[in-house]
Amino acid sequence: MTEKPSGLFHRDRSWHPAALTPPYKTSVKRSPAAAPLAMPSTLSEDTGPVFTRDILGPQDADLIHNFASDGQSAIGPRIIVYGRVLDETGRGVPNALVEVWQANAGGRYRHKKESYLAPLDPNFGGCGRVITDEHGNYEFRTIQPGPYPWPNGPNDWRPAHIHFSIFGQSFGQRLITQMYFEGDPMIWQCPIVGTIPSREAIERLVAALDMRRTVPMDARAYKFDIVLRGVRQTMFENRMEGL
Amino acid sequence: MVQKLENLKESPSQTAGPYVHIGLTPNFSGITGVYDADLGTKMLGNAPKGERITITGRVLDGTGTPLRDALLEIWQADANGIYPGQDGADADVYGWGRCPTDMDDGTFRFETIKPGAVQNRDGTPMAPHVTLWIVARGINLGLHTRMYFADEAEANAADPVLKRIEHQVRVPTLMGQPQGDGTYLFDIHLQGPDETIFFDI
Repeated sequence: MTEKPSGLFHRDRSWHPAALTPPYKTSVKRSPAAAPLAMPSTLSEDTGPVFTRDILGPQDADLIHNFASDGQSAIGPRIIVYGRVLDETGRGVPNALVEVWQANAGGRYRHKKESYLAPLDPNFGGCGRVITDEHGNYEFRTIQPGPYPWPNGPNDWRPAHIHFSIFGQSFGQRLITQMYFEGDPMIWQCPIVGTIPSREAIERLVAALDMRRTVPMDARAYKFDIVLRGVRQTMFENRMEGL
Repeated sequence: MVQKLENLKESPSQTAGPYVHIGLTPNFSGITGVYDADLGTKMLGNAPKGERITITGRVLDGTGTPLRDALLEIWQADANGIYPGQDGADADVYGWGRCPTDMDDGTFRFETIKPGAVQNRDGTPMAPHVTLWIVARGINLGLHTRMYFADEAEANAADPVLKRIEHQVRVPTLMGQPQGDGTYLFDIHLQGPDETIFFDI
């Protein structure tokens, strides 16, 4: 270990959603009323699990095929989602585990508690994962999910979205968020999107259509970069990416 | 004008939603054949050093109702207080676990070993603890907390994090209660009179 200052950059809680956001009704009884207790991060938060590519199967980053029968594929607009995982200093985060989940093209999730009348796609499961390369790049293939109704307000619909869960270099960087699609008018009506205080912050979750990365006659591409909290330094030899 | 600071802003958080299991524990949610096993279900190898323990409990909302759609992750050191990735760490202690709450009764459960004391930044020891992170429908930003062990009273009294809590009356919300059989009970109250302390780390 070195003597350099360590730890995580503090989180800007005015940029993230507050805990209590009444238009998103479930937050009312699931939000702590007391303020979170500020503490400098310690080794317990500055360290975290490391995932290696051993855990990945050959189709983990291909949601079009990873649940499909042989010779079949999921129904829906074929897309590539790609981007970088960075930290707040702009460095790519290598070996970050990115896990995604989503509904099918009709907005139906493969989950026993889901009862929306849109049908399941027998060739679509809805989960995928990828580990970033040495520069923080990731890419996966899927179908564009559909919007779906949910029991919040009497007529609330989620915009098309893909859920993202990301591990950086430390447990204190842990983040779950959602990716939305450029141009979707439902984004600006959604109470969950609306938990984010500023339009500037919301736009950071909107993936851009990228016709240059689009593969002709195959799949359109969307770019989605993700920024994790900054890390002041890295203490371990297996994590040389620190300052 | 001064030079611009070039730091980026962190991506804003969003709720994990009710179907978090599809992505993070697909086998648990019935999506089989994609991944061999759900990540984080096994926290130990064949011969971990230390005392085997079970950490179990529920996550309760402001009405006292257990969440049946929450997901917890836990991160801890080995029996010597060394984290995986550090020199000398016990290779049979993976340190990280992930568990969804039961869809019927809302319980979570981790099979692990009791961690040793970890050094604080200034070199003083922290009392044995595990770090927890909780996400669910209705939680907009994942909640960080710690579970300490109620049967480590002396170490807890000297713990630098516990000592800095102004409202000492709330410290018991961070204590896992030993049940006498290696099980520690740790209920997490999101809101209300017994509200668990959450940290802004």
